[in-house]
Amino acid sequence: MAQCRLIIPWPAYRANGIRLPPARPRRFCPPATGTFSHSHPAARAFSTTAHRRIMDTTGFTDTQLDVRAAVSQICAPFSNTYWQEHDETQTDPADFHAALAAGGWLGIALPESLGGSGLGISEATIMMQTIAESGAGMAGAQAVHGNVYATQPLARFGSPAQRESVIPRVVKGEWRVCFGVTEPNAGLDTLRLRTVARKVKTERGDMYRITGQKIWITCAQVARKMMLLARTTPVEDVKKPSEGLSLFCIDLDRTKPGLEMRRIKKMGGRAVDANEVFFDDYEIPADTLVGEEDKGFKIILHGMNAERCLLAGEALGLGYAALARAAAYARERVVFGRPIGMNQAIAHPLADAYMRLEGAKLATYHAARLFDASKADTSITPHALGVACNSAKYMAAEAAFAACERAVLTHGGMGYAAEFDVERWFRECLVPRIAPVSREMILNYIGEKVLELPRSY
Amino acid sequence: MRPTGARLLNILVPVKRAVDYAVKIRVNPQQTGVDLNVKHSMNPFDEIAVEEAVRLRERLKEAVTSIKVVTIGPPKAAETLRTALAMGADAALHVEIPESAPAPEPLGVARALAAVIEQQRGAGNAVDLVIMGKQAIDDDAGQTGQMLAGLLGWAQATFASRVDLDVAAGAATVLREIDGGAEEIRCRLPLVVTTDLRLNEPRYASLPNIMKAKKKPIEKLAPADLSVDLTPRLETLKVTEPPVRVGGSKVQNVDELVAKLKEAGFTAV
Repeated sequence: MAQCRLIIPWPAYRANGIRLPPARPRRFCPPATGTFSHSHPAARAFSTTAHRRIMDTTGFTDTQLDVRAAVSQICAPFSNTYWQEHDETQTDPADFHAALAAGGWLGIALPESLGGSGLGISEATIMMQTIAESGAGMAGAQAVHGNVYATQPLARFGSPAQRESVIPRVVKGEWRVCFGVTEPNAGLDTLRLRTVARKVKTERGDMYRITGQKIWITCAQVARKMMLLARTTPVEDVKKPSEGLSLFCIDLDRTKPGLEMRRIKKMGGRAVDANEVFFDDYEIPADTLVGEEDKGFKIILHGMNAERCLLAGEALGLGYAALARAAAYARERVVFGRPIGMNQAIAHPLADAYMRLEGAKLATYHAARLFDASKADTSITPHALGVACNSAKYMAAEAAFAACERAVLTHGGMGYAAEFDVERWFRECLVPRIAPVSREMILNYIGEKVLELPRSY
Repeated sequence: MRPTGARLLNILVPVKRAVDYAVKIRVNPQQTGVDLNVKHSMNPFDEIAVEEAVRLRERLKEAVTSIKVVTIGPPKAAETLRTALAMGADAALHVEIPESAPAPEPLGVARALAAVIEQQRGAGNAVDLVIMGKQAIDDDAGQTGQMLAGLLGWAQATFASRVDLDVAAGAATVLREIDGGAEEIRCRLPLVVTTDLRLNEPRYASLPNIMKAKKKPIEKLAPADLSVDLTPRLETLKVTEPPVRVGGSKVQNVDELVAKLKEAGFTAV
């Protein structure tokens, strides 16, 4: 039945203008013969990321494991070389953000009605961990973090018009979002923030004029929207300092007067920009207000526990990536005629780092599970949730720091070389220790709220 | 314009759960096979087959009525079906064998697939096109597609690097990768196509599609339901690692080289 029509030898096949599909740049590299071989070096050459993941994955849900497998696949073509180069040249990983957006991943925790997938923080956390663990580190995580997290208050408290005009575009990757809370003189003490939004009537309708300064605004250079927290009632005129703050979802229109941003030079995660943003009577329409005026702080609070979980996941990813790399190096590097991993002075700190990571992992996914369950289960108190999320962030950040530092030391001199990646992860692992809340403030919080010790500040 | 009464296509894509292509395989201590306690994923050639089916639907729209994936394997093979469903297949069929059962051989698989196709025909969903990997990367047998076409008496287009369907005419033009070149063949449906590497580049499943796949149906059958016997006809005597490669050495001059070659048993022709 099948009848042979023509046979074209290979060179003619090309000469006839039949375009061969491009060689696959991702997934697997076919050897020239068109067969797969487990031992063929080309099958592994496309990615420099260690295939061996060391984290124990028992106890995760099927959905979490699906997320982990699928996100790993997307991250695989973004090699460590890619992240080294973007770190060195301080270039935004726009194609990485686009790849995740194309797969619908930015909408992981956003409602299905707005183009999201309606999953919880448990799934978003493992996504962020997988991104960091792929070698992308904090840079990769921060390139998408704000879009996953800063959109949460908007999805919950925004007006239908705000939700429908912004969120689907963020999920598709057309617009990026940054989060504008921190100020130079209001870091941990958010309530003291001084950026002011003044309501004015103009011929263009009701407007707010923003004046003030924000700092450490990640991705402001590439973001189209900012979730901005500003004071709408002076602190002297409110009963509690937590009142009088309002949340806005504003355009960052660099062509309009009164908006300026300056990139901050920083230690790690250099691919992703962090900025000082200056507002000087920057005008925004009144309908950019999210929720009620003066009630912005409560809205922001809602997302803070979720952010702790995501950050904890990102820290875990860094830690596991660094530790896996250190263990691989310790197995292969031979000094004095034997692999250095045979020395207990090398092996024991790594084994210890592993157990710290595993412990922090349990704390992190416990906190994420509580966060998701707390929506329906009223027996989970805000106190229990706050303690769980803060503890998880603390433990994951510290475990990641231990793993990253030991990974550098295990590599000896080579740990100091950018080519081996561990120095990049080490620089980046300071971020989860400091942000979004410093480890000292978490210790204060546990001391005060759990152990009922007198407050020190 | 499509003549009225043209057949609509039902596509069947058999897939296999195999040791992941990136895993470094090891022979088990009993030397009966390789260590299977490692990451598994869909056989890459089957991924290409699923992708091709989904692309055919994207090109031909409603002319493709259904894309069904089928696997014959242990309970965990259901994950592989989910992957295929997330890539865009509509429904799945799992011919489940016990975890401890020996891996089915190509003839057994081909018979089971033929029985599935017969069953589908009986249910009014006659399969017009089977797209499957040219081989699985675990046993590399590369026989199932050909055996299936033989059992069914269908046309076969193996090692496809391009598939063009003419639904109205009930025919396909397939470019095949053969030794030393390419061959273009035209064949009538129903047809078995086996995929080669260059046919396409499989997509990553998107998150919304992964979530949708969880709700798609997976029908379960036992080999007995299909009246097929999957008992292996081959006996594996022993599996061993390939000999460890010994490093080469440098020679000072031609004489030494010739001497070494003679020593190693090479002689001039």
